[in-house]
Amino acid sequence: MDDAAIRQLSRRAAIFGGAALGLPLLTGLPAFAQGGPSSVVDITKARTDPIPIAVPNFAGGSGEAQRVGQAIAGVVLNNLRNSGLFRPVDRAAYIQTAEAAAQTPRFQDWRVIGAQALTTGRAELSGDRLRVEFRLWDVLPEAQIQGTAFTAPAANWRRIAHLISDVIYERLLGEKGYFDTRVVYVAETGPRDRRVRRLAIMDQDGENQRFLTDGSAAALTPRFHPNAQQIAFMSYARGEPRVYLFNIESGRQEVLGTFQGMTLSPRFSPDGRSVVLSSTRGNDANIYVVDLGSRRERQLTSGGGLDVSPCFSPDGSQIVFNSDRGGDQQIYVMDAGGGGVRRISFGRGRYATPVWSPRGDLIAFTRISGGQFAIGVMRPDGSGERILSEGWGMEGPTFAPNGRVMMYFRETPARDSRGGGYSARLSSIDIAGFNERQIVTPTDASDPAWSPLLA
Amino acid sequence: MMLNAKLLGAVAALALLTACQSSTADNAATGAGAAAGSSAGPRPGSQEDLVANVGDRVFFDTDESSIRADQRSVLERQSAWLSRYPQVTVQVEGHADERGTREYNLALGQRRANAARDVLVATGTAGARISTISYGKDRPAALGSSEDAWAQNRRAVTVVR
Repeated sequence: MDDAAIRQLSRRAAIFGGAALGLPLLTGLPAFAQGGPSSVVDITKARTDPIPIAVPNFAGGSGEAQRVGQAIAGVVLNNLRNSGLFRPVDRAAYIQTAEAAAQTPRFQDWRVIGAQALTTGRAELSGDRLRVEFRLWDVLPEAQIQGTAFTAPAANWRRIAHLISDVIYERLLGEKGYFDTRVVYVAETGPRDRRVRRLAIMDQDGENQRFLTDGSAAALTPRFHPNAQQIAFMSYARGEPRVYLFNIESGRQEVLGTFQGMTLSPRFSPDGRSVVLSSTRGNDANIYVVDLGSRRERQLTSGGGLDVSPCFSPDGSQIVFNSDRGGDQQIYVMDAGGGGVRRISFGRGRYATPVWSPRGDLIAFTRISGGQFAIGVMRPDGSGERILSEGWGMEGPTFAPNGRVMMYFRETPARDSRGGGYSARLSSIDIAGFNERQIVTPTDASDPAWSPLLA
Repeated sequence: MMLNAKLLGAVAALALLTACQSSTADNAATGAGAAAGSSAGPRPGSQEDLVANVGDRVFFDTDESSIRADQRSVLERQSAWLSRYPQVTVQVEGHADERGTREYNLALGQRRANAARDVLVATGTAGARISTISYGKDRPAALGSSEDAWAQNRRAVTVVR
């Protein structure tokens, strides 16, 4: 492999980390037997009672390794706390030192301060290589739940922390985590009438912020390809609003399709082989699917008003979309081939931006009613509608890959005629309707899209 | 209210413009540049001219894309103005207020731009001279979050290219 190829791979690793050299290697630690799922944690109870967990700093063989170990434990702690499903025990209460716990945990020291679960770890650096050993302990029966070692370039220490967080989440809650993921969104700067809108990408916890486009053309509504190396989005490049494909590794963009009218609201199919989008023609907007191999375009709806925001079900068999064909905006579901259209939203107000949960069991939406916006979920047949959050200018929900958390954006209205006080920010919320949190971004932000798990 | 005053001014200025147009028609292209810097007003056939003397925009009701009866005359005057500057091509920009979702508003803005273009065509402007584009809710003209701001933002704006 020549230098250029290595640089290319390193860059790829820096961007997604999931590929080639960047992927942390996982090894089971043989020193302790691994048990089954935790015996102390009742999963259903965990939904209301966060699990008390102790996350002391990971030990390190050198000063430098110690600093990395501290940083990793910090990221893990932050992830677990932000999920709302864990309650980190106050570090000031710790009795046993991190260094000693990494050797052999003294379980009574952790039990007495209320920890049900404990993580310990050790970081070792040799040159550019980082090796992190990590163990998860069940404090009451004094048993190891998991022991894993990760090896990766030292620059990827954050990814190791996210992978460890996902292991903890999965072993203690019995469902996959979502920490080793990224979010692509629209970074907004400047006054409202001359807003600069750039694609930006970050880790799900708001770290590793990076712009993907330069802002010379407005970029809107980015969405991840299921293999996470490609984004579909809408751009005003060349003066015409069109759906583009964007390769995250190379930065290359290309227009998708040969449509006469505007194209908007793209989403990839679950198999990644096609994109469903909306295109305007005359006074209508219709839904089309574009095969990414043949680039053949197929029209799925016609003449029914403004049909926008299509999204596949996770099994690829159905498409949910938003239409004003019945007079005002409502949510409809149809077969992936375009037949069998049925309306599913019947509540008070207008319904928009439907998005199918990766679990398949829910459709999230934006509702606009009486001048108020809301984010909610309903079952795919329209039953069981629940509003999770209400407020001004909130829209565009996107699911974490485990379907447990959603992100969306929320505007603060202008308080004067010059637009003072206006802002747009990302928020996340548990689909049970608790733990609503603002995601810190360097600029105003809109249109978040959550990536699949990277590994 | 401000708008009405503007329109009245525009009608008066339009009369002036037609008067001086006949004398400068032959050398409009060269003479216009000089006129732009002087007190004679905006260069004939320019965006500034359209704004000052005709009106560059029409407004829509909430969630509607049909041209209101009280807005149609603006488009008729735009067509009359365009007939005097056959070299001018325009783009009609459709916009929506902030009380909708981004994607739906993009489609709605396109519908509004189309509706304005259709009236321009019906009143004699060649369709080939008019392109359309939608900015949805993303380029508000009024920056507030009030009924008045929303009314100003539900618009189709004719822009000289």
